[in-house]
Amino acid sequence: MSPVLELRGITKRFGALVANDGVSLSLAEGEILALLGENGAGKTTLMNILFGHYAADAGDVRVFGRALPPGRPRAAIEAGVGMVHQHFALAANLSVLDNIMLGTERLTRVRSARRAAVGKLKDLSERFGLPVDPDRKVSALSVGERQRVEILKALYRDAKILILDEPTAVLARPEAERLFATLRGMTHGGLSIIFISHKLHEVMAASDRVVVLRAGRLVAERRTADTTPEELAEVMVGRKVERPVRRPHPVGAPALIAEGVRIGAGPQPQLDGVSFTVHEGEILGVVGVSGNGQATLGALLSGLAVPDEGRLELAGAEVGRLGPRGMLRAGVGRVPEDRHAEGAIGEMAVWENAILERLRSTAFQRWGVVRRAVGRRHAEALIDRFDIRGATPNTRSRLLSGGNMQKLVLGRVLATNPSFLLANQPTRGLDEGAVAAVHASLLAARSAGAAILLISEELEEAVALSDRIQAIVKGRMSPPVATEQVDAQRLGLMMAGVWDGVPDAA
Amino acid sequence: MTEALDLLTTTSLWAAILRIATPLIFGVIGALLCERAGVLNLGIEGIMTMGAMTGWLTVYLGAGLWTGLAVAALSGAAIGLLHAMLTVPLGLSQHVSGLGITLFASSLAYYLYRLIVEVGELPPTIEPFQPIDLPFLSDLPVIGPVLFAQSAPTYLALALVAVTAWVLARTPLGLAVRMTGENPHAVEAQGLDPIRIRIGAVVVGSGLMAMGGAFLTMAAFNSFFPEMVQGRGWICIALVVFASWRPGKALLGALLFAFFDSYQLRLQTVVENVPYQLFLMAPYALSILALILVSRRAEVPTALMMPYRRGER
Amino acid sequence: MRLERREEVPLTLAATAPVVAIAAALALAAGLIAAAGVSPFYAYGEMMRGAFGSRLAVTEMLTRATPLILTGLAAAVAFRGRLWNIGAEGQFYLGALMTAWVGHSLSLAPVPGIALLCLVGMAAGAALLAGPAYLRLRFGVDEVVTTLLLNFIVILFVGLMIEGPLKDPLAFGWPQSVPVDDAYRLPDLVARSRLHIGLLLAVVAAALVWLVMSRTVFGMEARAAGLNASAAAFAGVSLPRTLLGVAVLSGALAGLAGAIEVMGVTAGVTTTMSPGFGYAGIVVAMLAALHPIGVVGAAIFVATIFVGADAMSRATGVPSFIADVIVALSLLTMLVALLFTSYRLRR
Repeated sequence: MSPVLELRGITKRFGALVANDGVSLSLAEGEILALLGENGAGKTTLMNILFGHYAADAGDVRVFGRALPPGRPRAAIEAGVGMVHQHFALAANLSVLDNIMLGTERLTRVRSARRAAVGKLKDLSERFGLPVDPDRKVSALSVGERQRVEILKALYRDAKILILDEPTAVLARPEAERLFATLRGMTHGGLSIIFISHKLHEVMAASDRVVVLRAGRLVAERRTADTTPEELAEVMVGRKVERPVRRPHPVGAPALIAEGVRIGAGPQPQLDGVSFTVHEGEILGVVGVSGNGQATLGALLSGLAVPDEGRLELAGAEVGRLGPRGMLRAGVGRVPEDRHAEGAIGEMAVWENAILERLRSTAFQRWGVVRRAVGRRHAEALIDRFDIRGATPNTRSRLLSGGNMQKLVLGRVLATNPSFLLANQPTRGLDEGAVAAVHASLLAARSAGAAILLISEELEEAVALSDRIQAIVKGRMSPPVATEQVDAQRLGLMMAGVWDGVPDAA
Repeated sequence: MTEALDLLTTTSLWAAILRIATPLIFGVIGALLCERAGVLNLGIEGIMTMGAMTGWLTVYLGAGLWTGLAVAALSGAAIGLLHAMLTVPLGLSQHVSGLGITLFASSLAYYLYRLIVEVGELPPTIEPFQPIDLPFLSDLPVIGPVLFAQSAPTYLALALVAVTAWVLARTPLGLAVRMTGENPHAVEAQGLDPIRIRIGAVVVGSGLMAMGGAFLTMAAFNSFFPEMVQGRGWICIALVVFASWRPGKALLGALLFAFFDSYQLRLQTVVENVPYQLFLMAPYALSILALILVSRRAEVPTALMMPYRRGER
Repeated sequence: MRLERREEVPLTLAATAPVVAIAAALALAAGLIAAAGVSPFYAYGEMMRGAFGSRLAVTEMLTRATPLILTGLAAAVAFRGRLWNIGAEGQFYLGALMTAWVGHSLSLAPVPGIALLCLVGMAAGAALLAGPAYLRLRFGVDEVVTTLLLNFIVILFVGLMIEGPLKDPLAFGWPQSVPVDDAYRLPDLVARSRLHIGLLLAVVAAALVWLVMSRTVFGMEARAAGLNASAAAFAGVSLPRTLLGVAVLSGALAGLAGAIEVMGVTAGVTTTMSPGFGYAGIVVAMLAALHPIGVVGAAIFVATIFVGADAMSRATGVPSFIADVIVALSLLTMLVALLFTSYRLRR
């Protein structure tokens, strides 16, 4: 049988970076193909070329045997390709129906045929088991529902080939399993599917065939039945990277204590009576699906959000209302969730970013004048100590790679020897080498006696680093469990909000 | 004090409202169209000046009034295209580009005017649009002069509000414009080109702004002189916020504004010992007040002022 | 075709941007001059002569550049801090009015008196911009519209004052404010010219602003807040306080421009004393790529165009509005030039 989709010799450069290097792959009718690779391996770029968001520098895309004109999403849609973007391409202020109907009618019509559209949408919803209310505003939908709208958008335009970019990034384990069951059902109706992932277990569970990308090249292609997670992990990373291992370590006195913290009003506050304790020399992992209150918890521990109710104490002193600088003085170190949005200012120099948090301390200013020489020396020391590559104190931060920028953000915090450290998604988007470096730094800080709260959406990471784990669901937190006493199954349930009868390790 | 209240019962006060409101209606609908697609157009003040000049000049050089209005719209659209090219494909700061456009368009209008029209004692005049005398309707007491004795462009402005409201709410094109102002990435993902949609909205919106300017020289007055737009463009920008980006509310805002303007003009004549400048300040102060009242709960188009570059998130 | 970000901005490219922008603006305006039936080369020659051709011409040009340096600094400081202050025109007038008012009845020695009057002008400008900054922080009102509308209000207010309480009885009914006392007229920099020491004050102000923005905690925090507000907030920069600080500094500079213009040139205030110094300041700031030292050069360029165009207009009959056209065009071309210093065009 001829393939429904073929990519041939796709090459794409961004400046000096080769994002895709001669990639060829094909997709058979009714097949589920997983596109596996580390962050930055070029998976999303490849799919964006397929869908026409980018034009390739070389190579072509064939759908049902016909070449697609490059750089035209409309042509891809008309050829039967539908794409579910990782960052949903939806307008939150408009209705579900608006989002789905956009671009489906001739722009010269004097009136939209909305009633007919509702009918077609209802049909599709029922046929594929994707219920939505067409009149609701997207902003009122949960993440899972938004993803449903994205899939319906593609189906509404009669997609025969569906591309999903990291579809489970925002879903809890049970939701993810349901999604894959739905997708499997669709293939029986003749759809062919490509999904992008960096999670081995879901690739093994849900795909027929796997293609592995590494540094822009296709490095392996396997039938899922003929491979193992171990083999895939090795080809994906390309070299043997040993993540550092957490060794048992005596735990000290309670350092940071949160008691009944509420932030936000109404029946669904962002944080709802949250309590936890982090001890000296301990890492407490907070796991959960994205969007369940992690951002607010991070803001609270960064000094950017103030509790409406409850207490936050560090070494017996209230720290909940100190603001970022007060938190820093009290011995709190913070690694933000998004290093580009919050961690560092790309247009400023490395040395400026290195001291920005502590700009008002007398170490870095006198009479309101910045001590630039001191700042540069400080940056120099950080670069040496934390192995920040490709940087001098005067380098503009945006020129650093993700891993090196994170080393800078983490390093400037660890240099203050904080008694409590917030590490919010510290390895998101990093490659395996950088992940190992960040993990090593966190474990070293733990050995030195720091109390660390790790917020992570990667279960594997949380289990590897944390001494105890709490799940966060809809702004509420489960009781803590000792990492050694739970398995992935149990944690999956906790992240879905089921924590009755878990062994309490408070 | 009673005199001030008596003014409210004079027909001329109410009859002036639609006339004063007309340039604002054109301007506010034009600005709204640009902003609904995600582009702030601070070129409005200059575009209105340009429209006032070109419309007037066309008639002065011998063409008909409607030709003049069309030329004004085209000149505004051309300036709008410049703003669109700078802010949409090039993604330059909409604030700075808009101000630059205002400085450019108004100075160019003055320059061309001076180039073609000789400096004289008094600015030369044209025969402007006249109120339309509608049989029966115009003769109705009160409502006649207030509603049915306006010049043709005023009715055009009112029709424009209805058309804009319909297009935005009910047509595929309007949906595409609104979506571009909310999330251009979503538009691109559905196979439409948000860049073209933005350029189109800015060009059309700017054409409308220029018609508002042309009304000043071709109906409200009959000559062109520098500084005649007097901040009406900026007031339109404020009115768009006041209207929460909705055409119906924009009309309401323009009428309310025109009412106060019409009232303060008449109030000047009856209230003594108050400097006239205080009355003239009222419209601007009122605009600021309106912004304070609504800004917190205004539903701003999400992608307003966010440049869109393909392949950048 | 698409735009691709350059990794590094070459210094030569950044330095040539204003030159290219100005050349492009002059080339575009040449078409308009030709439309007036005058050779652009001749016209530009006359323009240069009008600005540099004699001692008087140079001093007039520099006199015009003085307030432009200050309003340019006002815009540069504000725009760097992402505060869209379009109200420098109003701040200029309020600073001028307050200076004339206080300076008319002040009895101090000249030097402390002038210093005090500078502070009065600065305070007036700062207070006027603090209002819109507060409205943005408290109610989320866009400061572009409020500062623009305040320009109209302030000019009407100036009109009200100079026809009323501050009317100069010796001006033969001409609407003009009382003048500042002669003791506070700024000394001439060059004998037998209007050029006064305000030019030096403005240049010193540029140097000080550069030092404040590049060397102090406040400057670094303001820059951080302007570049990436959420990262600055995460690092503990108080965004409201920084914004108010930027507003006070920016407003004060525009107010100082008004004070110096009154003490140095006009003595009294009229509603036509500014040929758009506030708006032209935006062009000056952009031509300088928001760099305080560059503002001095950009102000001299804009002043050259304005003063030169007047002379050129007298000699050739080309309407002097061509100056505003050239200045506005150079703003637009500079915007494009700046884009291409940080981006390149790729297929």
